[in-house]
Amino acid sequence: MLKVIKNRWKQGYRTTKYPKEEINLYSRFRGLPTVHQDCDKKLVRECAEACPQQAIDIDKMVIDIGRCTFCGQCEIQSQGKFVTFSNNFELGTSSRDALFTSGSLPALAEHSKQHFKNLFGRSLQLRQISAGGCNSCEADTNVLNTPFFDLQRFGIDFVASPRHADGIHVTGPISNNMKAALFSTYEAVPAPKVVIASGCCSISGGPFWGSKDIVGDLNRLIPVDLYIPGCPPHPMTTLHALLQFFK
Amino acid sequence: MDNFLHIQNGQVVSRADIPDLDFSIFQEAVLNATRHSGFVVQFFAYTDEQSILKLITVIRAGLDLYTAGCSLADEYPSLTPECEKFHMFEREIAEQFGAHPKNHPWLKMVRYHENCRGKKDVFGNDYSHDIPGNYPYFTVDGDAIHEVAVGPVHAGIIEPGHFRFQCAGEEVLSLEIQLGYQHRGVEKLLEQAEQPLTRLPTIVESIAGDTAIGHSLCHSQAIEALAGLKVNDGAKVVRTIALELERISNHVGDLGALSGDVAFNPPLNYFGRIRGEFLNMLLTLAGNRFGKGLVRPGGIVFPVLEEQRRIVRDKVAEETPGIADVCDLLFSAHTVLARFEHTGTVPRNTAEKLGLVGFAGRASGLSYDARITFPTEAYAQLEANKNKRTVGDVYSRANVRREEIMHSLQSITDLLRQDIDAAPIAVPAYHTLAPDSFVVTINEAWRGEVSHCMLTDKNGSILRYKVKDPSFHNWTGLAMSLRNQGISDFPLCNKSFNLSYCGFDL
Repeated sequence: MLKVIKNRWKQGYRTTKYPKEEINLYSRFRGLPTVHQDCDKKLVRECAEACPQQAIDIDKMVIDIGRCTFCGQCEIQSQGKFVTFSNNFELGTSSRDALFTSGSLPALAEHSKQHFKNLFGRSLQLRQISAGGCNSCEADTNVLNTPFFDLQRFGIDFVASPRHADGIHVTGPISNNMKAALFSTYEAVPAPKVVIASGCCSISGGPFWGSKDIVGDLNRLIPVDLYIPGCPPHPMTTLHALLQFFK
Repeated sequence: MDNFLHIQNGQVVSRADIPDLDFSIFQEAVLNATRHSGFVVQFFAYTDEQSILKLITVIRAGLDLYTAGCSLADEYPSLTPECEKFHMFEREIAEQFGAHPKNHPWLKMVRYHENCRGKKDVFGNDYSHDIPGNYPYFTVDGDAIHEVAVGPVHAGIIEPGHFRFQCAGEEVLSLEIQLGYQHRGVEKLLEQAEQPLTRLPTIVESIAGDTAIGHSLCHSQAIEALAGLKVNDGAKVVRTIALELERISNHVGDLGALSGDVAFNPPLNYFGRIRGEFLNMLLTLAGNRFGKGLVRPGGIVFPVLEEQRRIVRDKVAEETPGIADVCDLLFSAHTVLARFEHTGTVPRNTAEKLGLVGFAGRASGLSYDARITFPTEAYAQLEANKNKRTVGDVYSRANVRREEIMHSLQSITDLLRQDIDAAPIAVPAYHTLAPDSFVVTINEAWRGEVSHCMLTDKNGSILRYKVKDPSFHNWTGLAMSLRNQGISDFPLCNKSFNLSYCGFDL
């Protein structure tokens, strides 16, 4: 018992005051990219050809952050002339189109559906489904339950039974072998229900694009309400998106 | 091992130099090696340029690695009845290439997909239907027996898989684990023709995201060998530190989760937070909490200079006493010990027969650690770790992890003392691979032995890319640990292994 008290005292209070106080991630974190429109087209083409995710649109000068894994190669290759990654972790959007970006995203709170806020603003229970996820997305979603983030203080929780859930939070590129289980879980959630695609895999197939063993795009199966990009999304990206969209 | 070619970890070998034996000679030699002290690192099939089905194996025995190959008929006598270590490998070959191992005692699909040669399906599956397909489970008959089915979707934020228990009351007589739900076609993607090699690291980092560094090291070392690249000493040190940070973050998180599974909540919360500190250290090096983007063939992508070293050094020093304290809290609570001790025991002889690897193997008394046996990167400079309790129960697996955490913290501190600036490589870099070659790489990631194997054709294109995650060996260990256990101890046993679903499913 003494050890329990001693450790409790030593560990202290660690929960962040976010969103009342800002969180600054280490400068090396790669968040929202800024595309420099004045960049030489030849350099842009080189970056686009080398991009392992084929996430760069040369003509429109945008990056699809629904495909991008934020590996940072294009920033290094162009020495920051074509693109620079900021450490802004606020990446959630309510539409797939908005993820094609040159450096700004629509304010998520204003694009949320009002009836979701009314229904789930005070209590949101989600059923997480990993459908081919590599366990980075899953792990960094789980982390929201640790004391630093303490997701439950916002009335948001992950639940075991889809019957108790208000929606699903899907990670992974939807392997063909998980399609049936994904549908059954979705159907077991009572309507009205929310669908969240988390991580570039569930948005576009992520690193596995082109594989015939995956569906690669959740929206093709079930209409998606909220997109959270990243590989995996930083826990702050998920927290920000959930708070903006539902609160 | 007279018929075999002696090789080194990460050494390029001409494919012509790999002994191509008659199947019967191959079989006898492989069985002789593995029945006793030899273990299977790789055992896989591929179709060569003449469309002939070939088999290649890599065996480790003591401090040595050996390889040999043979041609494989559409039906061949299974090695598994003689030696259990081949059990899953033969099932995998049957699924991938449609070659039937005759008299295999438990011939079932592994991941549920059709074979790549258009052969008749060995398992009688029709793949236009969804999983689980034609998959009869092992059952125990009797009025008092009941069956429990769990998954694929589990009660938590966790990957999918199916567990089938045969129980007499609370007691589990048999557990069968069926995976495959996570199959994404990783090997096929890595082998795609006319695709730039620069795409591969991104795929490899997501084979198992919690082992991103482990898998990307195996991949990078393989390309480095085939392309003749040299990695500078600073980058080797950073890659070693990254692998150890990955190990600590996972072990710390799992110790917390084990504590939560026996309803002792303080360590769950403390370790949950501390785990995040280590992920943030990976972010300091890589800009990503799982170290994705850091390791590429030739070295590392981001410079690691005094600022990053200082952050990691200070944070490790700051967290070490707290980790020791919380470990002490966990391992001295009698309610915890009562649940950890003598639960989920995998005795040494079972572990040896199955060929368990990593911390689970070490907890059962198999001392193999690839960091010591086949050292890569900067591991040759580091001291070996020792484990005290190795009787194969949950307590042993937890305690081995505790020892590994403390050892890794010390290793990182020692490596950072060198103060070498690690210069990054330029990306993207395009490499040419040696033609008609073979390379196998091995690293001790946090779960155990990760191994990648590459074969190139006469143009230096990838003919076969084989990935093996330690989970491929160890899932059977989890199934064995449940024999005659209370079913309520399943979560505890499962978490004590914490195996990868996607690393297995590929």
